[in-house]
Amino acid sequence: MVLATFVTPDYGTIFWMVIIFGIALFFLGKFAWKPIIKALKDREKSIAEALSSSEKAKEEMAKLKAGNEKIMTEARQEKENILNEAKKIKEQIVGEAREEAQKEGQKIIESARQQINTEKQAAISDIKKGINELSIEIAEKIIRKELKDNEDQKALINKILKEVKIK
Amino acid sequence: MFEGLIKILRSISPVKFLIILGVFTFTIFCAQNVQAKEESSISDSKEKFNPGKFVMEHVSDAFEWHIATFGKTNVSIPLPIILHSNTTGWNFFWSSKFKHGTAEYKNFKIAKGGDNDGKIVELNDTGEVADLPLDLSITKTVAGILVSVILLFWIFLTVANSAKRNKDKAPKGLQNLIEPVIIFIIDEVAKPTIGENKYEKFLPFLLTTFFFILISNLTGLIPIFPFGANVTGNIAVTLVLSLFTFVITTFSGNKHYWKDIYNPNVPWWLKFPIPLMPVIELTGVFTKPFVLMIRLFANMMAGHMTVAVFVSLIFIFASSMGDMTGYGVSVISVIFSGFMLLLDVLVSFIQAYVFTLLSALYFGMATEENHS
Repeated sequence: MVLATFVTPDYGTIFWMVIIFGIALFFLGKFAWKPIIKALKDREKSIAEALSSSEKAKEEMAKLKAGNEKIMTEARQEKENILNEAKKIKEQIVGEAREEAQKEGQKIIESARQQINTEKQAAISDIKKGINELSIEIAEKIIRKELKDNEDQKALINKILKEVKIK
Repeated sequence: MFEGLIKILRSISPVKFLIILGVFTFTIFCAQNVQAKEESSISDSKEKFNPGKFVMEHVSDAFEWHIATFGKTNVSIPLPIILHSNTTGWNFFWSSKFKHGTAEYKNFKIAKGGDNDGKIVELNDTGEVADLPLDLSITKTVAGILVSVILLFWIFLTVANSAKRNKDKAPKGLQNLIEPVIIFIIDEVAKPTIGENKYEKFLPFLLTTFFFILISNLTGLIPIFPFGANVTGNIAVTLVLSLFTFVITTFSGNKHYWKDIYNPNVPWWLKFPIPLMPVIELTGVFTKPFVLMIRLFANMMAGHMTVAVFVSLIFIFASSMGDMTGYGVSVISVIFSGFMLLLDVLVSFIQAYVFTLLSALYFGMATEENHS
């Protein structure tokens, strides 16, 4: 009997509950849940964004670091290249200089030899001349002494003199 | 021997000590008051304590909001009575006109006993019950609903305001207290049961229901006006809540949901010639919200009843074995009532959670696309 009144829903209460709860549902949905959920979502989004942007910054940093490293190695390479080039140039210059010097030396030697040759030729011709005169003198003396004797002898001496060559 | 006693006393915690003290005094007064009981039972017979009535009055609805009784004066807040009678039309008056149910007003009176016990009946000129008027009175339960809803509005409009104001800032105060609960409902209840892309439509209902039940449960435990109305322990309230769940489930049910009910994927002989499975499935459509209604109602009602029973134990012992026994029992009763109230705080959260979770599950079933 008593229990029956408890488990029998009262229609007046149902009526008011439907109205009050319906109003609460509508107005809370409009003025409370909407802004609250929106704020929660916005915050979630902003946190996610902040996290991703920090991740991005980290990546950027790493990239920058890698770039620096690259620049450093490049600079090092460049330095090495320049040094190598300088060495090469130096070697080239030295080689060229040596060649030039050799050529110049050769030239000097050549000209010296020519000079010597000319001198020698002159000397030889001088000597030839001297010998000629000397031979003539000798021959004169001989001839003076002997020419009268023998005409044929004089011819012979000339012939011999012509054949003499000073080397 | 004395030192041993102190050692034993030291090892006992204060709570245990209080319980032991209560039991101790109880047994002493029981022994002493056997004599007194004989005498008092005669003298007190005219206002003997009726525990059944006390407990039932505590948990049942009323036309006025009873606050306290000093001696013979009842202090209560009058609530508006709204009646529509076939003969006199609409009637609006305060429940104080009934003088706590003892007087009649404008031919209306609160019936006592019989089929219409506790209801407002209309009397004819000869003083006999003529009719039952349409009763849309703001009863204690309805007032309790209003209190809960006002609290809801106050809390959540404040939170919404601070959410709007503190955009992109860390939440503070009430917002900080409420937001994790809202996030819990979204992430742990709505998303896993309904699904990532469909849950948002149901969120307003789930959140409103959860917080309405939670606030009603918790305020129901506070025995001070304007709280303490047994809102969620009233079957009409839980009926409306589960009715909302039922209506939303039914209206958001998709083709797949209805196909599963009328033509479930079972061997053909379970559907033809006797449509066994469809009948079972269709019954399930109605039993689900029905179970929601009963579970919340029974849990909250039982909690309130248990506390009331423990309190009434004091008066049972006091009236049957004398006042001093009552004092003794009151220690135990207060401890047990306190324990029950703490348990009810837990139950309040669990029931609000369970109702919301199951509602969300039903919504999830209704909107599910495929079993894969």
